[in-house]
Amino acid sequence: MTYFLKRFAHMVFVLWAVATILFFMFRTMPGTPLAAFIDNTTTAEQQDALIRQFGLDKSLGEQYWLFLTNALQGDLGQSFFFKKPVVEVVMEVFPNSVILTLTSLIVAYLFGIVAGAYLAWRRGSWVEGFGIPLVLTTRAAPEFWLGMVLLAFFSFYLGWFPSGGANSSGSEWTSDWQRVTSLDYMSHLALPAITLAIYLQGLPLLLMRSNMLNVLQEEFITMARMKGLSTWTIVIRHAARNALLPVATAFALGIGGAVGGNVVVETVFSWPGIGRLLVNAVAASDYPLAQGAFLMITAVLVIMNFIADVSYHFLDPRVRFATR
Amino acid sequence: MQHAKEIALPKRETRILSSISRWLVAASTIPRRDPFAFAGLVLYLIFILIAVFADSLITHDPREILFNDEYDLASNLTPGGDHILGTTYSGRDIYSQLVMGTRGALVVGVTAAVCVVAIGTVVGLIAGYFGGLTDTLLMRLADIALGVPFLPFVIVLAAFLNPSQWNVVFGIALLLWPQSARVIRAQVMTLRERAFIEAARVTGAGPWRIMFVHIAPNVLSLSFLYASIAVGWAILTEASISFLGFGPSDSVTWGYMLQDAYASQALGRGQYYWFIPPGLCIIGVVVAGFFISRGYEEILFPKLKD
Repeated sequence: MTYFLKRFAHMVFVLWAVATILFFMFRTMPGTPLAAFIDNTTTAEQQDALIRQFGLDKSLGEQYWLFLTNALQGDLGQSFFFKKPVVEVVMEVFPNSVILTLTSLIVAYLFGIVAGAYLAWRRGSWVEGFGIPLVLTTRAAPEFWLGMVLLAFFSFYLGWFPSGGANSSGSEWTSDWQRVTSLDYMSHLALPAITLAIYLQGLPLLLMRSNMLNVLQEEFITMARMKGLSTWTIVIRHAARNALLPVATAFALGIGGAVGGNVVVETVFSWPGIGRLLVNAVAASDYPLAQGAFLMITAVLVIMNFIADVSYHFLDPRVRFATR
Repeated sequence: MQHAKEIALPKRETRILSSISRWLVAASTIPRRDPFAFAGLVLYLIFILIAVFADSLITHDPREILFNDEYDLASNLTPGGDHILGTTYSGRDIYSQLVMGTRGALVVGVTAAVCVVAIGTVVGLIAGYFGGLTDTLLMRLADIALGVPFLPFVIVLAAFLNPSQWNVVFGIALLLWPQSARVIRAQVMTLRERAFIEAARVTGAGPWRIMFVHIAPNVLSLSFLYASIAVGWAILTEASISFLGFGPSDSVTWGYMLQDAYASQALGRGQYYWFIPPGLCIIGVVVAGFFISRGYEEILFPKLKD
């Protein structure tokens, strides 16, 4: 329990630190944050009103305090571009990012675990000699380039999948649930999810393989062999279960990392997610929105790191007793 | 006294030379022990040669807009003839862009890797050697850096500071040092207790001298390992930033080529010869780093190789 609290305090500290860095980074950027608002027709009075409206007339310290207290109450300010609260804009696209991330992560981890266990079992064979360089190559390929190749072939050449967005234009839905479970949504999701899955499967695969190699050398495996158990039983029932734990932790870390890393894939497929929102906000100098999207991505990353740490601690008795 | 000191402490030059020669010996055994690492080194060598001789390898100025004999824009030419890989939508030679891109990629990759590993090594040395409050402060700093989403941070930095490769390098250096710092710190903590460090301390060497003259050579191979991975990371990141449109507009990089191809609808026209080669080049450089780090890992930590 003390471990839990300590780890929780640590998480809050990191969140606070990143939020602070973010605040000062955005405030010290060159140019006025209101540049997007001010044009030739804006009068001086209107400019003053805008500056007051966004709280830019207060001192930096006051602004910082306001930012922190407002953020804690779930208020991240107004988007310059959408003229709506940032939280609303972010929340509109956030589910799309979560669905994309989870779908691709699940596909990647299922494949990675099975293939990793298989490669460990076939250690020293031609399968390994061919498989490992192949996996390293997929990890070295830029995600957006993979996306471009898939897009050019499956969407533009074969015409199997739509080329971007999350729904065909003009379609109407009675509820969000109906929208995301529709065939239309799935066909839009397929290519970006496959792209991400190809990129993400390398980590669980290599991790599972090295864990399996370690576990397979332990005495209880020799024991199982001596008992005359079949290969299949040994690999699945005895070895794989013990090798899975670090992979499960990597999954939680993967969610945190992927939500931020999705930026390029979402851009290639015009997927309306939080990464693309961030890119557009930055390109349009929509400071509050960029700041809000960034903060949201950070929150997911830090919370997932926390969950990974804590779950590892509670799931693995060796770690639990070692830190006591 | 002076005499005794010289016996206890061999000259710095000798020490550096001996550690360099140790690396060379390790490097020379690579082809036999690990064909992967050898392949990686060969790949690197090829890319370095291309980058160095880029000026004489190109057939056209990569930024020049080309026209055909009838003074029409030489747009979207297919490979063959004068243009090995054809031309882009705006009439530029793709092959020449690809060759020039090698230089940009390697410069960004190597500078970023050197920065990341330099910070990581120094922080790891200081945190590991001094321990206590210094260690706690530096490790909290590392936690914060690990809590910042990597790509979004570099995007914001590259967009708000003026777009240049150096801002990308700066962002990478700022966020990627904790991994190497943590590992080197752990290594320093065990080295700190060893007899030869105690011997150095007894002869009156100060903490900084011990850290950088006695301990550092023993962790440099770890730094090298992280550097070879960081090169790939930096090149991937630079390409992503350029692809998103936040890169410098005055230099030709692989990321810029891909962004150009994407924005000019090369995908819809099926111009594979335009957008496939830059991606393959990025894979080549990054995978070379992976292969080398794998090879070194096995030589440095033979226990891993069972």
